[in-house]
Amino acid sequence: MPLRAKVASSVSRTAAALSRAAGRGDGSVIGGWIGLKIDPDLLAHLSAGRAIALVSGTNGKTTTTRLTSAAVGVLGRVATNSFGANMPSGHTSALAKAGSTPYAVLEVDEHYLAQVLEATEPHVVALLNLSRDQLDRAKEVAMMAQLWRAALVRHTDVRVVANADDPLVVWAATPPGDPARGINPPHVTWFSAGQRWHDDSWVCPECGSTIQRSGEQWWCTGCPLRRPEPHWVVEDEGVLDPTGAWHKVSLQLPGKVNLGNAATALAVAAEFGVRPVDAVSRLGIVTSVAGRYAQVDKDGRNIRLLLAKNPASWLEAFDMADEAPTLLSINARDPDGLDTSWLYDVDFAPLRGRQVLITGDRAYDLAVRLDVNDVPFQHVRTFDDALRSVPPGRLEVIANYTAFQDIRAELDRVI
Amino acid sequence: MSSESLRIVWIYPDLLSTYGDRGNALILARRARQRGMPVEVLEVRSDERLPATADIYLVGGGEDGPQALGAQRLLADGGLHRAVAQGSVVFGVCAGYQLLGTSFFAKGVQCRGLELLDLQSDRGESRAVGELAGEIDPRLGLPPLTGFENHGGRTHLGPEVSPLARVTAGVGNDGATEGAWRGKLLGTYSHGPALARNPALADLLLRWATGAHQLPPLDETWSDRLRNERRSAVAAARA
Repeated sequence: MPLRAKVASSVSRTAAALSRAAGRGDGSVIGGWIGLKIDPDLLAHLSAGRAIALVSGTNGKTTTTRLTSAAVGVLGRVATNSFGANMPSGHTSALAKAGSTPYAVLEVDEHYLAQVLEATEPHVVALLNLSRDQLDRAKEVAMMAQLWRAALVRHTDVRVVANADDPLVVWAATPPGDPARGINPPHVTWFSAGQRWHDDSWVCPECGSTIQRSGEQWWCTGCPLRRPEPHWVVEDEGVLDPTGAWHKVSLQLPGKVNLGNAATALAVAAEFGVRPVDAVSRLGIVTSVAGRYAQVDKDGRNIRLLLAKNPASWLEAFDMADEAPTLLSINARDPDGLDTSWLYDVDFAPLRGRQVLITGDRAYDLAVRLDVNDVPFQHVRTFDDALRSVPPGRLEVIANYTAFQDIRAELDRVI
Repeated sequence: MSSESLRIVWIYPDLLSTYGDRGNALILARRARQRGMPVEVLEVRSDERLPATADIYLVGGGEDGPQALGAQRLLADGGLHRAVAQGSVVFGVCAGYQLLGTSFFAKGVQCRGLELLDLQSDRGESRAVGELAGEIDPRLGLPPLTGFENHGGRTHLGPEVSPLARVTAGVGNDGATEGAWRGKLLGTYSHGPALARNPALADLLLRWATGAHQLPPLDETWSDRLRNERRSAVAAARA
């Protein structure tokens, strides 16, 4: 590593330690930010010599990154940005902190995928899904698919592991090659993780025609784009690998969506030569991820935290949650997006019959939404009020980003 | 009403439903049912014919490509024009508002609109994103408009339409006026589920559709709290 990069890396680690010591954060961003100021190529220097996997998509990145790290860990030490700090400063910080490791698995914010592909020259990139998320500041969904596709055209040597169930992902993962110039399209391994959310993919990203669906199949009515045959498939409580062998997956994380994340992790690890039979038991060691799915016992209540940031992830959260009293909390601060319109893209009907409590900065937006949805609810001002309002036993908490962090803080920043 | 039940058509949810646009159909249907009206909501996709005999048509927001495609298909279909000629109500939001006019810009190209409202839209220098509020045309007898806007367009009204509101916060058409209406056609930049924050506007559309001068009042506890909270937030942001 050049001297400048060594200095930058060392300063980066020190800043992260100071940030943690000062109680200002977990240090996963600030260290990398300072390091990148000293050496803008620090991320590339820190990536050199490591076999790297990138994980990107609208939903499930943090959890899939954690599961993939566990799976790749079969081979040796893995550096990872496990606190969800998923922009280049977070990657830099994670790699600097980990020191020399043969492997790295990095969660990447979907907007930064092109830049991080460039800097880290990964062996594998996993593309999970694309759906509407914070449209008041994020790129429109079709535009994001276009950016991914353009980035992959420049990196046709990378191995792609992509979701066959998401038309936008399939299109992004299959840019045309240029045989005249000897450029082949990237090699893609397809997984099927299911997709509950369809409302961002009724229009073909290639030709603008309508996309038809029947069961798990989908196809464009105007061009050849259609669901590729997946190599990795979730089946019952396990995963079918490309050889047709079925592996039982015992996770401590709830929901079908996490079985899909496990299938993705096994598929990515396989690109490094990890056999699923060796990796599958390691997936069960993952309990919670930066507070997501964490369970806390307090005042006789078993509180479980579920993060839901956008319509697609709310649908998954309802699937994961038990039939138990449920607290919903909504904020609309900068990290959440300032616009609450997405509440009408979520059907809250699955909550009918459960005791529903609402709170958060934007509880009234939620109140009007639930009223229209015929879901009875009770408004509470504080988390303690919520606890007092439910009987002993399970309390499911579903919250969007900053609301989730607020409740995590009430529970001593549970991870 | 045209038949036994109030018929609401949500136009092209496959193209024009960027963010919560479904909310407007849900709110209209619920408020009608709470007054004892039978309601039918039809979601008509862009590869289907548009029925010309519904009472209320909803045109939602969309990205540039889908907006241009939606306008083309509505022009080719002709159903919305026939419905308007028969006195149906049309409510357009954001991209759906722009395409009711004579022209709009999508992907840098001027596109032909439906020419149902005398207005044209072009591009502003910056994107308008944030809370939108305004005093509604007194002839409509409605409380202030509240909403969230997210658009890059600026809309210029011709003499045959009236502004829906005078802007008190945000941008709307051009920083001074917001939205437009004529007869039973109404459009706004208050995007997505605009009627969630403006139940009186939902009732106006229902009155236009049914010919009722008044509708029985409903419990507005939560929407009143939401409106007050948003009004305070806008005032606090300005202070």
